[in-house]
Order: sequence, then C-alpha cells, then structure tokens
Amino acid sequence: MNYYKTKIGNGNIAVDDTILVKDAEAAAGSKMLTGFKPLFSAEAVTRLENKGYQIAGKTNVGEFGLDLLGEFSYGAEADGVLKGAAAEAVANGEVKAALAVDMNGSARRAAAVSGVDFLKPTYGTVSRYGVISCAASGEQIGVYAKNANGIKDIMDVIAGHDEKDGTSLRNESYDYSFTAVSGKKVAIIKELSEKADAETKARINAFADSLRASGVTVEEISFDVFDTANTAWQILMTAETCNNISRYDGVKFGHRAKEYKNIDELYVNSRTEGFNFLTKAVIMYGSDVLSKNRYEACYDKSLKVRRVLAEKFEELIKQYDAILTPASSKTAYEAYNIHEAFGKVFNESAFTALANLIGIPALVCSGVQLMGKHFSEGLLLGLADAVERKGE
Amino acid sequence: MNYELVIGLETHVELSTESKIFCSCGGHSAAKEPNDCVCPACSGMPGMLPVMNKHVVELAVTAGLMLNCDINRYTTFDKKNYYYPDLPCAYQITQLNHPICTNGCVTLKTSAGTRDIRIKQIHMEEDAGKLVHGGKYSYVDFNRTSVPLIEIVTQPDFRSAEEVVTYLNKLKSMFRSGGISECEEGAMRCDVNISVRPEGSEEFGVRTEIKNMSSFEAIEKAIRYEAQRHIDALEFETEELVQETRRFDDASGKTFAMRNKETEADYRYFPDANLMPIIIDDEWLEEIKANKPAAVDEKAENYRLAGISDKEIDMLISNHKISKLLDDIVAMGVNAKDGASWILTDCAGILRKDGKTLNDLVITAEKLYAVIKMVDNGDINRNAGKKILIAVVEQDVDPVAFCKEQGLDKKFDVSAIEAVIDKAIAENPQSVADYKSGKVKAIQALFGACMKELKGAGDPAVIKTLLEEKLK
Ligand SMILES: [Zn+2]
Repeated sequence: MNYYKTKIGNGNIAVDDTILVKDAEAAAGSKMLTGFKPLFSAEAVTRLENKGYQIAGKTNVGEFGLDLLGEFSYGAEADGVLKGAAAEAVANGEVKAALAVDMNGSARRAAAVSGVDFLKPTYGTVSRYGVISCAASGEQIGVYAKNANGIKDIMDVIAGHDEKDGTSLRNESYDYSFTAVSGKKVAIIKELSEKADAETKARINAFADSLRASGVTVEEISFDVFDTANTAWQILMTAETCNNISRYDGVKFGHRAKEYKNIDELYVNSRTEGFNFLTKAVIMYGSDVLSKNRYEACYDKSLKVRRVLAEKFEELIKQYDAILTPASSKTAYEAYNIHEAFGKVFNESAFTALANLIGIPALVCSGVQLMGKHFSEGLLLGLADAVERKGE
Repeated sequence: MNYELVIGLETHVELSTESKIFCSCGGHSAAKEPNDCVCPACSGMPGMLPVMNKHVVELAVTAGLMLNCDINRYTTFDKKNYYYPDLPCAYQITQLNHPICTNGCVTLKTSAGTRDIRIKQIHMEEDAGKLVHGGKYSYVDFNRTSVPLIEIVTQPDFRSAEEVVTYLNKLKSMFRSGGISECEEGAMRCDVNISVRPEGSEEFGVRTEIKNMSSFEAIEKAIRYEAQRHIDALEFETEELVQETRRFDDASGKTFAMRNKETEADYRYFPDANLMPIIIDDEWLEEIKANKPAAVDEKAENYRLAGISDKEIDMLISNHKISKLLDDIVAMGVNAKDGASWILTDCAGILRKDGKTLNDLVITAEKLYAVIKMVDNGDINRNAGKKILIAVVEQDVDPVAFCKEQGLDKKFDVSAIEAVIDKAIAENPQSVADYKSGKVKAIQALFGACMKELKGAGDPAVIKTLLEEKLK
C-alpha cells in the first residue's frame, strides 16, 4: 500500500494530510487544495519535532476526512479491501506512531480494521492549530500507535495549552499514566453491539473476558442515545464543514477552474471540479440545515441535543467507569461507489459520533472501542494496556 | 398632508487598536502597500484559528458605557456566510445572538430641542478587504480584512436629517476623545433605514435602506432625497414603495435600488465554534470603567470652567491624544488654560512650521511639564521657554539639560551674573580696595557675596573669571 501523499523523510511519525507540516504540500485528500504548501506546522507537529521526533510523511486521507476510512483520497482512490493509510503505516511498522484528525469516525474505523490503537483525546487537550479544519466544535487530533504505551508516549508530548487555539483548554499538561483497573466497572452498550456483525461481537466478548480476568466488572446495559447523537453530530458536522471549506473558492490558492467568465463562474466551476461527490453532498446538507427555515429545527436543536446528551452521559458515568462498544459495524470493508458514501458513513458514524458531539475521549484497541468521561484517558489506556499485556 | 420622517441608523466604526481583531497583524492604517498587513489567519489559509484581541472587547465596552448601554457579561460570536473575493474565509465573524452591548441612549441637542435616541445594540465584528479594479483584472487587498469594527444600531428614533448628522458628529467626537476610533475618512460607515408616515400616525410606512455611506454630507443629501421620494410616492402616487435596499449616487444626488440578489441573501448565521464565549466579570468591567475617559459633555464643561475658549475646547475634544496630554500636565499642577495655550498655540505653531499638525506631536507630559514649570518658577522667561520647547518638540531633548547647555537659565546667564558682581563690588568697597592694593585673598569676600546672592546656583568658575575681569 502507498501510505503517503507526500513523503518527507526517514522519520518515525506519520501525519495525516489534514494536519500541516511547514512547506509540505497539504491537500486534505482534495483536488481543491492541490499544490497548497503551508507556511507553518501544526502545533502538535512542532511539539513532536522539538522532542526529537521526525516526520516521515503525509499519509493519504479521504477528502477532508469525510469518508469511511480514506477510500476517496484525490489521486489515490482505493479498490479492493479498504484500509486507512496512517493506521496501516503503524500496523506494518513503517512508523512508530501517526497523528490523524478524528472528525467523523474514519480514524477510529481505520484503527479497528488495521488492528492498531487510536486515541481521540478529550476535546481541547491537543491544539487544533494547523489542522485543516472542518467541524471545529468536535474535531480533535488523535494518535495511532501499536499499543497503549505508544499512545501515551506521543500524548505526553502533544497535549497541553496552546494560546494559538482559542478552544485549547488552559491545562498546561495532562497525566496519561495508566490507572489501575482492578475493581473498575465497564458497561457494554446493548444498542451498539446489536448493530455490529458476529465477528465484531466476538471481539467485544473477548475484550470483556480479558478485562474480567484483570478484575474489572463488565456488564451489558441499555443506553439508547447513539442514533440521536449521530443525527445531531451529522447536522453540526456538515454545517461546520460546509462553512469551513467555503474558503476554498479558487480565488486565493489551490485549484482554480480554467474556464470562467465572471466571479460567480470562477467559484462554481472551481468548486465543482475541486470537490468530490461526498464533499458536495456534505456541503448541500450542511447549508440546508443552516438555512433560515431549517435552522431552528436542525442546527439549534442539535446544539440542545449536545447539551442533553452530555448530561445523560455524565449520569451514566457515575455508575460505570467506562463503556465498551464496537468502533464499526464490521471488521473489514470493500470498495464501493462514491454515490453511496453519504449513507454508509452516516450509518457507521453511529459508533463514533457521541465522542465528537460531547468531547469525551475514545480509545480504539483490539478492534473495539472504550469511552469514558472527560480526561479519563489514563483509565482508558490502563484498560487497554491490561488487555494488551494479557494477549502477549 | 404633513409627513413625519422615521429613520434608524446602523453605523460601523473602525476601532483604533494596534492589531486586528483575531490576529496580530497591524491595523490597515499601518499598511503602505496592498497586502502589507496580512498573515495566514486574516487571509483565510487553512490551519489558522482566530484568537480574540482583548483590547477590542475593552473598546466596545467603553463605547457602550459612553452610550449608556447595558454591558452583556456573556457575549458570543457568530459566522455570517457569503461569497465575495474580499472576504477570504467566505464568512464574516460578527455577533448576532449575544451582542456585547444593548439598550443604550444618547441625548442630542438640535434646533428642535433635546432629543433622546435609543441605541438597540452595539456588536463587534471584523471588516472585509478591498477590491481594486484595473484593466482586465480585479485585485484583492487584504489589509483591511479582520480590522475590528463596532456596529451601533439605533432604534428608528430620528425624525430629521439634521438629527442624524448631529448624532454622527456626536459619535465622532465621543469616539475620538475616548480613544475608540480616529474616525478618519471612511472609518465610519452608515446604513440608513428610512420611512415616512402621516404626522400623528403610529404605524410605520414602507421602509427602505440606503447602504454604505461614509460622508456626513452624502448621508444628509441621501436622506433628503429619499424622504422626498417617499412623500411624492404617498402624496402623488408617483410610484409604489417597496421594502428594498438602495444605494446613493453622489454625482446625481439620487438613490437607486440595488439588485434583489444582493438583498435577499440568506446569510446562514450560526455560532463560531472557534471562539469561546467571552465572560466579562465585575473585576474586568470595573477596570474598563476606571480607564474610561470622562464623557465628552462633562469634559468640555470642565475645560470651559477652567477658562479655555470654545475653539480650543473643540480642538481638545476631537483629539484624544492632545486632551490626554493636557489632562496629564494639569494633574501635575499646570494651570489648565495656560497648559492649553502651551499645547494648542506653542506646540501647534512649532509643528506648523514643518507643515505638520498636532496629530504629529510627540512629547511626553513630563517634558512639557518641565518646560512650563521652569517658566512658572521664574527660572527662565517665556521666550527661553519657547526656545526649549522647540528643541523638545523637534529633537526630543531633555528640557532641563538643554536649558543649562544653552545658558538660558538666568542663574547661568552671564548678564545676570554680571549684575550680581556689580552689586557685590558696590556694596564691598573695602574688599575692592584691598584686592586692588595687592591683597589677592580679598577677592574671596566678594566671591562669597556673589554666591550668597545667587543662592549657590551660579557656576563658581564663571563667577570667578567675571569677577577678576571686573576688578582689573
Ligand atoms: Zn493577520
């Protein structure tokens, strides 16, 4: 597999193409940004470089990270079995770790499919400075590594306050030491398990057994918020994405259509040529939910759903320390027609959207997903580590 | 039938901050060439995030306090979506749902008496860039993008063009004296909402909006034209009035309807997730209040009581830097009327020689105070004071050191010392006789008399040389 959109050097860290590395072409998987070279690096990249890590290259991503697991990357469309480039680079030992933007689930699905770990940390802990932003209110840089220890190593470097990002939390640093797991309580979510195939369910059960062997109580409960969370997140995500990528208009940088007679045609032709079908669907959906007649029923309501679900989750997490769910409905995906992309991604995001909607951490490990309350990364990593050490 | 004019105003004012609203670029007044003051943030490059300039909040709150508004302690930003090449992100960051100030009021004195104009709200926003059209191409200049603005929205409380112009002049002098805006050409832009109704009627007539005017003269003309157009339509049924947006054409003095496309846009406003809500707590508000300059009316009255002329008061009120300089030296103990004359006559005169104005004045309150104090104490006369002031204004010298160097101080002035020596010689004939007869030491008595007279301030070497010369 060709991991890289742009190869930079013989480094030990890969960075997905929605994260900027100074002077390295950054296209976010889109024709629209072809040739765009940023003047600065993302804060997370700078922090890693300052600690002696080196960037190997920019891994292929699906256009603006909107697809299932990177299959619709401009100039690198996938066929056959689908795999995420950054996840595969880590799985195959090409790099020690990789950074990716977690926005609509593609990074977590890729980790589950490739069998590597991926942490989407609590919103606001890693600076978004230098992220080609789509859904500002829920996207977050996360880390791929072979195991929990590998993730901890990178998080220790990249987490912490950055004044260049107004949403960056004030905490100077965070503690990613693994919490002792014996005596902790983990809930399996019935509604999400039911959405998954047999093989995925088997992974959940194996993971639960392994946790029990480490002294963790695991029980199945009903917590039926994930579809609502997904609908709300798809509304917020498409609206914010539609708005944030409206700056790619052919005027300043990136792709400009050759044929146009006036400014309107310059916009329309450049964007028609520059974006793929899925991005266009997101733009249409996102601008619809923000329109005057629909705003209250769609966007405003989704903001309310976000607040209500945050409260509901807080209630649940008083009784359990973490929840255990699938990260995707199945363990492998085949290439498909882009016209089906919007529906496919929508359905799959039911597993991932809650964490983006309410900003909680989510960790993919052994093909399953753990979520906990804000700043519970130490516990999630501890649970993953307990299982990973059993497997060795 | 008699008709009543009903007008509401939306006024955009560019704030005098050192940097733009969400990045550290200098304001566009610092720019010399197109795209001089531009960074990845204000040119819409991906990866950059807006970071709030605290000073913008403080100036907006100060403006709100001056206009008697409620200051909203929780204030948020929204995005307004539209495509135009001078808008690099294709959205403008502004405030829709939680503006920073609401419910204000400003009192006007016009020929019709005192009128209260209610302020609906003040909100913060970023400006757009500029398009320059040349030949086959159009060029984009982003110097002005993200320059901070406040928009002041009134209720429809104006009843004449005169009231509107009085209000705008009042805003201008308030904002200048408050250091909120320089209000230079183009830094104040107005949208005028206008309708007419039969006198006595409570209902509003059909409203039109005239967009984007910056000269007060044009605003006045546009209102007069538009009012007459509305009255003619009602009175003589010359046309059917429709709610629409119009533009004023200065050359013809007429207003014209703008294309519908520009007026019926759905801007799809929604909250900006990159900017956290701003909370203005008691401590911060008190700090802003403490730094708020006195209200213009109050300030003018104080100057008047101090005996400063009306013409001078106008000059002071319209220039925050200069009135602050005066207030500072007055606080140090200078008489206000006297201080005003030093600044507005003497400093202005020095600058005028070089074709400059008071806006170019660079002098610290301490240095100006030092010059005035030397004159007031009688150490130097006013002419010497002016000489020193020229050197301070033109070369930024230290006034006291310069005075000594140039011997402008009376105590270092040869003629003054000579007078003291002459007096000592006249009063001590015995010592003079002794010295002349060869008792050289007798000069000590004369020297002592001079030093006593000069209260020790004279230069001993100079006195001694002069004394020896006189005794020859
Ligand atoms: Zn800038």
